[in-house]
Amino acid sequence: MFNFLYKGLIRDRSRSFFPVIIITLIVTIIIFFSGFLNGVYNSLFLNTALVNSGHVKIVTFLYNEEHQLLPNDFALLDIDKKISDLEKKYDDYFWTPRITFAGLLDVPDDNGETKSQSPTIGLGIDFLSNDSEQFKIWDLKNKLVNGRLIDKSNEILISQELSNRLNLKENEIVTFIGSTMYGGFTTFNFIVSGIFDLNIGPIAKDMILVDLKGARVALDMDNAASEIFGYDKELLFNNDKTVELRNNFNFENQNSLDEFRPIMLALRDSNQMGTLVDFSDAIILIILTVFLIVVTLVLWNMGIMSGLRRYGEIGMRLAIGETKNHVFKSMILESIIIGTLGSFFGTILGISITRYFENIGIDYSKGIDSLSSSNFAMPNVFYPQVTSELFYIGFIPGILATVLGTMLAGRAIYKREMSQLFKELEV
Amino acid sequence: MIVKIKNLTKKFYIGGSFFTALDNISLEIKNGEFLGLVGASGSGKTTLLNIIGGLDSPTSGEISVLNQFMNTTSHTERALIRRKNMGFIFQSYNLLPVYSVYENVELPLILNNIDKKSRRQKVLEAIDAVGLSDKINSRPNQLSGGQCQRTAIARAIVHKPALVLADEPTANLDSENSHLIMEIMKKLNTNYNTSFIFATHDEKIMGYLKRMIHIEDGKIFKDEKIKL
Repeated sequence: MFNFLYKGLIRDRSRSFFPVIIITLIVTIIIFFSGFLNGVYNSLFLNTALVNSGHVKIVTFLYNEEHQLLPNDFALLDIDKKISDLEKKYDDYFWTPRITFAGLLDVPDDNGETKSQSPTIGLGIDFLSNDSEQFKIWDLKNKLVNGRLIDKSNEILISQELSNRLNLKENEIVTFIGSTMYGGFTTFNFIVSGIFDLNIGPIAKDMILVDLKGARVALDMDNAASEIFGYDKELLFNNDKTVELRNNFNFENQNSLDEFRPIMLALRDSNQMGTLVDFSDAIILIILTVFLIVVTLVLWNMGIMSGLRRYGEIGMRLAIGETKNHVFKSMILESIIIGTLGSFFGTILGISITRYFENIGIDYSKGIDSLSSSNFAMPNVFYPQVTSELFYIGFIPGILATVLGTMLAGRAIYKREMSQLFKELEV
Repeated sequence: MIVKIKNLTKKFYIGGSFFTALDNISLEIKNGEFLGLVGASGSGKTTLLNIIGGLDSPTSGEISVLNQFMNTTSHTERALIRRKNMGFIFQSYNLLPVYSVYENVELPLILNNIDKKSRRQKVLEAIDAVGLSDKINSRPNQLSGGQCQRTAIARAIVHKPALVLADEPTANLDSENSHLIMEIMKKLNTNYNTSFIFATHDEKIMGYLKRMIHIEDGKIFKDEKIKL
């Protein structure tokens, strides 16, 4: 009997081919849409994590109290040991030191006199260690506008806006003027190796990027760092996971009164990010839920229509002695086959499209440039992201809704007296 | 006795009150009969046919079909009785459009778990009996109305049922095809001793019937045996 029904299913394109196409398209849209939202979500927070906060970060208690002043006099010390301990204890994260500093950037002319000058925010990042993946994570190669990446600790990368303002070109020498970790005055000459555009909006407009070693020399911060950033090894932001990690870490130091004790901050603890994280979570949940409900209704309706269209066939099958149970089960089996095939093809297609845009991105630069806020690292290009949930999320409406619709259409088989059913089945 | 009905009543609940479709009917049908339930639309003939076929239950009274007491059988048991011992012919043929003539006729045998080799033999025999051997691989949309109904007849008799129930089998056919269909069924009745019960008000087929039970307002008002 199964072979007989299967043969009919294959031959009747309105029962097999077209429903599979519709389910495939709908599941593809679901997958891409989910991937897009995931990508936007992760892009928003990855840029913030790269520039400001890590997925988690460790600072001293006092540094956190006055973090807006970038108080490197309250920096973390004995960094190598701290990072080694963190790597052993929390091995699903990687840990990297960061020096965040501010000062003046002075561009001298041929006579050594100031040609131009601007305030700057510098990030000392561990670019040049052997095992560092910071260039890759920051994707700096693709974000260079001119010049090259730094390969010496006395070289810097400078943002395009800042270079324009200072009329700077690569290979020119600039002088950083600021204060050391101990409060002393410091000047340090850097060579501009390249000019970058991070595509993250206004926050990068005064930014310079320096290797950690160069920053340490300039600021007299031997084996010290403002912060230690921790990133999920997959670079996927998971709010709950970071909060749990932060709580566990801080619980161990809760009784210490040392003002230099390390404390951990989750990404959501950074300036107003908690609200944004919660808002993003809620919005994504609402959008996905509404979207899933809508497509579920569409597929449900398709299941109903497909069942109703076959009432004549069902009546005949009942008349020649097929039991209600068998007819109903065969309809459900058929809808499971159709739903599974559609969901399978839709998932493959959806993931392929998502993967494609994951690589090339979707450029929103015009919209982003109109924002003037500098508190939030907004990406100009959103990259949809293939996450593990995309491999199963399409099967929920793809199979469930199709089967539910068929069940609803087949409900008449059970609920009606046979004679009444026969009238409805047009026999 | 293939059908035995005693004091059978069927009422439908319609619009807040009960409508009596069959009113205290008693009837016996013997094996091999070629019988028509004759009456105008709404007289109750299709309701009686449905009850005989186990597609409906009586409100009161007793009915046994093929020595099975239908009042107490479950839906599944009635489905099994239909599957083994009954064939159905419908006014609108109800052939499955994506299957060939052969496959449409084969379906009751598949339900009865007949092995493939025997199936083939029985299907070819049934198709031959209705004169459609040259259309064996055709789909219903490639057939005329008469050919579709002949396919439906082949489907109804392929498993050699004891009883065939036909609801207005000639209503959609022209005169020539109606006579052809009736000739085929008469021949099957004679050759296989299969009992046929028709629900009809088609004058064209009355001449073939060996017995006519006239129904009006849910009651039998005349039971007429015809000598051909």
